[in-house]
Amino acid sequence: MSVTTLATTMQPTRSRRGTNSRVFIPPVKHNPAADNLHGVSNEPKTLSQKVWDEHVVHRADGEPDLLYVDLHLVHEVTSPQAFDGIRQSGRTVRRPDLTISTEDHNVPTEDVDKPIADEISAKQVDTLRANTEEFGITHYPMGDINQGIVHVIGPEQGLTQPGMTIVCGDSHTSTHGAFGALAFGIGTSEVEHVLATQTLLQPAQETMSITVNGTLPEGSTAKDVVLAILGECDTGGGIGAIAEFRGPVIEALSMEGRMTVCNMSIEFGAKAGMIAPDDTTFAYLEGLPNAPKGADWDAAVAHWRTLRTDEGATFDREVVLDGSTITPHVTWGTNPGQVIRLSDNVPSPDMFDDPVAKDAAGRALEYMGLTAGTPMREVPVDTVFIGSCTNSRIEDLRAAAAVAKGRSVKNGMRTLVVPGSGLVKEQAEAEGLHQVFLDAGFDWREPGCSMCLAMNPDKLKEGERSASTSNRNFEGRQGRGGRTHLVSPAVAAATAIAGTFATPEDLQ
Amino acid sequence: MQPVHIVQGTAVPLDRSDVDTDQIIPSDWLKRVERTGFDKGLFAEWRDDPEFVMNQEQYLGANVLLGGPNFGTGSSREHAVWAIQQYGFAAVVSSRFGPIFRNNCTKNGLVAVEVTPEISDQLMAAVQADPTLELTVDVERRTLEVPALGIEVGFELSDAVQHRFLNGLDDIGLTMQNNDAIDAFEAGRPAFKPATR
Repeated sequence: MSVTTLATTMQPTRSRRGTNSRVFIPPVKHNPAADNLHGVSNEPKTLSQKVWDEHVVHRADGEPDLLYVDLHLVHEVTSPQAFDGIRQSGRTVRRPDLTISTEDHNVPTEDVDKPIADEISAKQVDTLRANTEEFGITHYPMGDINQGIVHVIGPEQGLTQPGMTIVCGDSHTSTHGAFGALAFGIGTSEVEHVLATQTLLQPAQETMSITVNGTLPEGSTAKDVVLAILGECDTGGGIGAIAEFRGPVIEALSMEGRMTVCNMSIEFGAKAGMIAPDDTTFAYLEGLPNAPKGADWDAAVAHWRTLRTDEGATFDREVVLDGSTITPHVTWGTNPGQVIRLSDNVPSPDMFDDPVAKDAAGRALEYMGLTAGTPMREVPVDTVFIGSCTNSRIEDLRAAAAVAKGRSVKNGMRTLVVPGSGLVKEQAEAEGLHQVFLDAGFDWREPGCSMCLAMNPDKLKEGERSASTSNRNFEGRQGRGGRTHLVSPAVAAATAIAGTFATPEDLQ
Repeated sequence: MQPVHIVQGTAVPLDRSDVDTDQIIPSDWLKRVERTGFDKGLFAEWRDDPEFVMNQEQYLGANVLLGGPNFGTGSSREHAVWAIQQYGFAAVVSSRFGPIFRNNCTKNGLVAVEVTPEISDQLMAAVQADPTLELTVDVERRTLEVPALGIEVGFELSDAVQHRFLNGLDDIGLTMQNNDAIDAFEAGRPAFKPATR
């Protein structure tokens, strides 16, 4: 599709590490981590290849690599069957000290001092509490200051560090790639595999670079950058590859912004998304609870500085965007690749040459209740959700509060502001952001995944339309029959006030 | 995992692109702590419609799910694979799969058959025209055959996954054969790596 007009090149080049492991068989190596730390290998490598190679436990012809996992994040939804499997096979959790658990998907965002009302949700959460207790895994329950969305707590606890391998039974694990970690989502069978062995079998992936040049226009955010990338790559452009986000726009982003970009890597199909660690990364990490201290810190930073794509390394796929043309974006359809500028009109299926895209566009417009040609700025919204692992960090809340300050939400508008964790909530309240939201008429809630995926009571009803800072606009994602439009926190806040899709500038 | 050698039967033509895992199994169904009972959740939001293709009498009993492009995109929920299997499908055909879904298939013995868009379109039209059309997915030969259409195409299935499918093997047991390598790797991990307790 080519609804956006960014200058792009998508160049499939010859594969260095083909997806078919029978074509390219790397030499057998048994503990290359030590080799690489001492700089033995001279072949230019990309960032993802370096981190990958540092974690190969076992490599053999015709088999996927066995990778060591530095950190395993666990939550209530994708783990119960895995713990059951461990028990039934008489196995145990190999490294509870490299495993951390929280409850986020099911938890209500109100009355968290009371038991969960939904019996099935309560059972799932109770099951996780019992499992983590049984296997000696640190767990942050609802109401604990450290509890929150699994991809928010890893970074804020300092557990997410450059060069690590991080997995979780959740596709948005790519978030942690913002630190130069190789982080990706896994299924429940793999959760069980990691619990039992602290390793994962992984077939080789291609490499992909996504370069965002120039500087972002005033008013554009990391969310707009990743939505623009989705407009270019669509939902499949990254399948079979690990993406590295590069270029001046990416380097200028804060850690929160980088997490927003990496978070949505899976939405264009990439295995993971990564950003090379730099002084911004180190400054964010220094002093966090689990960050290295003293001599360990110095050793860590010295190694982390080597985690950059080498001069001369090549990527299997390359995408280039001009960041200076990225204005605020909004999705119009039912997958995250169906995205346009907020200043655009709802596209017509006729604008798509590809018959599959044309058909998908027609179906999406019908589901979304939109008419081609309508300016997005004229589409009325009834619900605004600010939260999720994409946009619930302190910087996101500051951006939304800056727009809300001194204004009032549109009459009848339902608004939820859901901080990503107990610590984010505490910080926001220390800064008075909650009062700004409350004064403007927003709801200020307790941490969790909330309306991002409608597993707790926060749902859209049939036909309701949201401006949401989350990551998926699939049919029914926020509640059966609900219509989701993905936007940045600033656009979400402006939309809550205007009642139709709006940027902060539109409110002047 | 049960061994799987050959999947032979008829197909349900689910003719739409971008069927994501939220469609395959809506999030309400993810609250279960068991590994079974997901068959009723399969495509739950579409199943109420009597016209929905899976509800049509001529497609009852099919064991191959014929999907459009970008099948299984989205979340990591393995429940999507469990739901498809527990409903009675043993293979899924698409011209492109969501990567986590595809990987989850390999852990459960659900055969994900990736074919070209041309073959996918041809199959979709043929199965819509003739619901009794028989397909054969051969794991050993890594082929999809539709004799009535003269189709015999190969599909990608790594040696390692094929071996596990044919023998019904569990990944974890195989990995544990490398416990010495895991021990050795752990001994060499840098001291600055974090721990959670």
